[in-house]
Amino acid sequence: MTNRFAVRAATIALVALPVLGASIAAKLRVVATTPDLASLAREIGGDAVDVLALAKPTEDPHFVDAKPSHIVTLNRADVLIEGGAELELGWLPPLLESSRNSKIAAGAPGRIVASLGVHMLETPATFDRSKGDVHSLGNPHFMIDPVNVKIIAADIAGHFAQVQPASAALFRANLEKFNTKLDVKFAEWQKQLAPFRGARIVTYHKDFVYLAERFQLEVVETLEPKPGIAPSPSHLARVIEAMKAKSARVILVQPYQNRKTAETVARQTGAVVVDISQQPGARPDTKTYFDMMDYMVTSLAAALGTLK
Amino acid sequence: MNVGFVALADAGWSTTPNLAAILQGDHDPKVRGFTIPNTELTLDGAVDPYFKGVIDIVFKLDEKGETGVEFEEAYVLTTSLPANLQLKAGQFYVEFGRQNPQHPHSWAFVDQPVVLSRMFGPDGLRSQGLRLSWLVPTPWYTETMVSVVNSTNGTAFSFRSDASSEIHTGVPVDREVLELSDMLIAPRIATSFDVTGNQTLLLGASAAFGPNNSGPSARTRIVGIDGYWKWKSATAQQGFPFVSLQGEALVRRYEAAQRTAAADSFVTLAAEMLDDQGSYAQLLWGIKPRIVAGLRADLANGDATTFSSDFRGDRLRVSPNLTWYPSEFSKVRFQYNYDDRGALGKDHSLWVQFEFLLGAHASHKF
Repeated sequence: MTNRFAVRAATIALVALPVLGASIAAKLRVVATTPDLASLAREIGGDAVDVLALAKPTEDPHFVDAKPSHIVTLNRADVLIEGGAELELGWLPPLLESSRNSKIAAGAPGRIVASLGVHMLETPATFDRSKGDVHSLGNPHFMIDPVNVKIIAADIAGHFAQVQPASAALFRANLEKFNTKLDVKFAEWQKQLAPFRGARIVTYHKDFVYLAERFQLEVVETLEPKPGIAPSPSHLARVIEAMKAKSARVILVQPYQNRKTAETVARQTGAVVVDISQQPGARPDTKTYFDMMDYMVTSLAAALGTLK
Repeated sequence: MNVGFVALADAGWSTTPNLAAILQGDHDPKVRGFTIPNTELTLDGAVDPYFKGVIDIVFKLDEKGETGVEFEEAYVLTTSLPANLQLKAGQFYVEFGRQNPQHPHSWAFVDQPVVLSRMFGPDGLRSQGLRLSWLVPTPWYTETMVSVVNSTNGTAFSFRSDASSEIHTGVPVDREVLELSDMLIAPRIATSFDVTGNQTLLLGASAAFGPNNSGPSARTRIVGIDGYWKWKSATAQQGFPFVSLQGEALVRRYEAAQRTAAADSFVTLAAEMLDDQGSYAQLLWGIKPRIVAGLRADLANGDATTFSSDFRGDRLRVSPNLTWYPSEFSKVRFQYNYDDRGALGKDHSLWVQFEFLLGAHASHKF
């Protein structure tokens, strides 16, 4: 009896394991440099993908450590999604060099560069580092504009289908679902921010220009005098003056930016500091891109609303 | 293609006018006053779909102000070999330990660790040859590699380098390459774990085997272990705050053959085994954005021999420093060195280092 059971169990295992293995192996292993891109990949890939993000939600995407564990993750990836426009320039190249994975080499179907399809803002006419760490290909913080996200989602679906044609229909269907939801949410976000058209805000880094452009807000000043350059007292004095002159009373701060500097400026201008993040997972209950944008728009509308 | 240029300049003073006795690195401060010991032109990029190419040329001023040019590295790296293999070919820094393959602008201190100067000479261990690496398919990072390079020239210091008579104080012997064991062979294994989401540990073990030129069949063996641990805040601002600890320990067994003393051709030095060891540990604290405080301790010594050599004597050095990075493209570093060379005396040195970078944005390995 025991023997018969053992034989049967072994037979089931022999038959089932490869099937199970195949279905697991068939999942596309997708690596995204940042959690916002990872969220998009999950929306488009659904059950056909396993997605990992290299940067933590609270981590500055410019300054991620090129940890050896990332080499292993990239070595086993079928698809890599990066922001591009030099966002990951300080850490992704050495990881890719060590990962020795031709599936995600530049130009391969498994390599997605999000910035390529996007209309970039602030592309400098001349490249001059006396203006700070300006990115020669334009401002890389474009994911907070839903119009850009639509372009990127389509790009992701296209690449996924190329890498795994068997799931192409699923990716197409998921993209349609995503776009429908994005259209609804975009309309909601526009409605939420419509009363504040022309409102003046201050940010720490030049990382909210796409949001400002799309929702017609005015970024009066940044606490950093130039991208990547630490705020100096004289610059902050100018910011305070400009905020008072233009009645800008909202300062947006991400988790990896210096909140204390923002608080000091807020105290002297009667402004409020609004903690938001462009990465899903950094703020409470913001698992997906939609949650993150909901949180951002709601927090911003609430802060601007109290000032009316 | 990326084109980058990085320049290092040092200024400072030491209680000894003979800086070569305490700072043996070729990119260390050379004189009381001002030194430009290292400016580097780096070109790198994809050669084609199969290779990446790197060329690194150093321009420097020596202690007399004369310009020197050094062909530091020039190699290709494969991008798509099967089975997780990667081949490097050309002239390159041998991947022994942590700091040897790093260029001076990535160092956390003004000067190179004493033990590396003793084992690998002023320029570090680099030569012409091949390096084959395998990324082991373990769930965590493990990489193993072996370099096979020429054992001659000034940058194979403990091997067939003319300068290695500093180690054995004899006249170097010319040796031919007759078999594979006449090459310098350097295996390495490295492994890394993310201890927590914010802490990473990287451990390695390296060795280098090859002939030396104290005699026709003498050999050298160097073995080392290295470790690097880093904690970085989950909400780090431009990578700060962080704390890191790096250490390396090396032992060298140098088989010195019976040889003619370099100082006096009538003197014959007896064959003997020269055992040397040394280590350093450095702690860095990234206090707030762009400010890093560092503390390094260096220890090195050689076992007693029948001849005397200042180069192999007991050595203790303690170096606190402070670095300010105005941006990612420049830095100013202040460093004090307390140097104890036993009977040779104690010295104090104070250095300021300035660095600037033009062109391609630097990217750093962990």
